Formats: sequence, structure tokens, C-alpha cells
Amino acid sequence: MKINLIAFGIAKEIINTPECILEVTNPCSIGSLKQILMEKYEEFQKIQSIKFAINEDYQEDHFLLKEGDEVVIIPPVSGG
Amino acid sequence: MRDIKILDTPLNTQSCHDAVEDPAAGGIVVFVGLVRNQTKSRQVVRLAFESYVPMALKEMDKIADSLYEKWGILHVCIHHRIGVLDIGDIPVVIALSTPHRQAAFEACQYAIDTLKETVPIWKKEIFKDGAVWVSAHP
Repeated sequence: MKINLIAFGIAKEIINTPECILEVTNPCSIGSLKQILMEKYEEFQKIQSIKFAINEDYQEDHFLLKEGDEVVIIPPVSGG
Repeated sequence: MRDIKILDTPLNTQSCHDAVEDPAAGGIVVFVGLVRNQTKSRQVVRLAFESYVPMALKEMDKIADSLYEKWGILHVCIHHRIGVLDIGDIPVVIALSTPHRQAAFEACQYAIDTLKETVPIWKKEIFKDGAVWVSAHP
């Protein structure tokens, strides 16, 4: 299935685009997506932590993705 | 009253203060964040902020919910700026009013600490000879 991957901050630089479509096998959890990204882009292994948001809410590793989901990669935040 | 915004224009500290005024307020605490000229003794030239805006507003709204629930605040105003900021510019203002001062200090401390932990806003420190995303690496 296809998901829309959106990235901000350092994650955008690592995947070299603010947005892309990624093909993953169904079912795919946030945890497996994290593994896929770590293998595809080794730079993610050096990052403090990466979180994910679906529909503007943080979701944990066990969360299952659906076809067409908009998945936002959230690297460590640093507002303020 | 809650006034939560992400803006790409300079923040107005006075209007944030005025937004939380109330005859029932015993005090107003205003936190004003500033862009500092150095980090770990390395000279910063400017900062660039970006945000996942719809989610950032949602997370700031959750912070406001906690302020009402835990500290019984009267009003809150949280404004965060994005874009390129120079030294001395204001990236964030948090103003809130409460009937008694202690709650205002505690609530404001909670608000800025939580904003820095949960709200999807990122800053890049730009030096003369490079740039880094703050907090990205251990």
C-alpha cells in the first residue's frame, strides 16, 4: 500500500524532500515504518529520537497505518 | 479567553499581555523568549524556525487545556513566531492571568517547558560556518 510521508526539520533534509509517497507492505505499523526508514536512510540512526503523527496527533509504535495515510515524521522538537 | 497563534511576523508582547487582562486577575505572568547570540560558546548569527502548523496549534491548545484544568487560569495567550529571526528577536510569548500570583508563575513555567517538549516546531541555529538543527542529535 502507499502512504504519504511528510517531513520537517532535519527529517526533511535526511529524506531530501518535504513530502513523498512510500510503498510499504500491508499491514505496516509505525514501528515497522521506523525500521524501514532507519534502513533506507542511515542518518536517522544518529537522530536522538523520531516520532510520528497521523491526523495531527502523535501515535505510538503499535499504531497500524492505512492506505493513503498522511504520516508526518517528527524529529526532536526545539521550539521556544 | 485563549489566543493561540503561530505567526510569521514580529510578536507584540504588549498585545499578548493586554489579551489576558481581567478584573478578576491578581496577576499576569508574561514569558518572552529571546534569540540568544551564542550556544555552547559558539556564535549564533540567526535562527530559522519552522513548524507543522496545524498540529502545533493543536498541541498548544492541549497545553492551554491543562492550564485551565490544573491552575485555574483566567486567560492565556501563546504566540510563536516562525521564519528567520535575528539576535534579540522574540520567538515566543506566553501570557496568562490568574486570581493569585503563585498559580501564574507555575502555570507559565509548565507552559513553556511543555511547549519545548511537545509542540512540533523546529529551530536551526545558523553560525558563520554552518548550521545545526537544535536537539536533533544526542
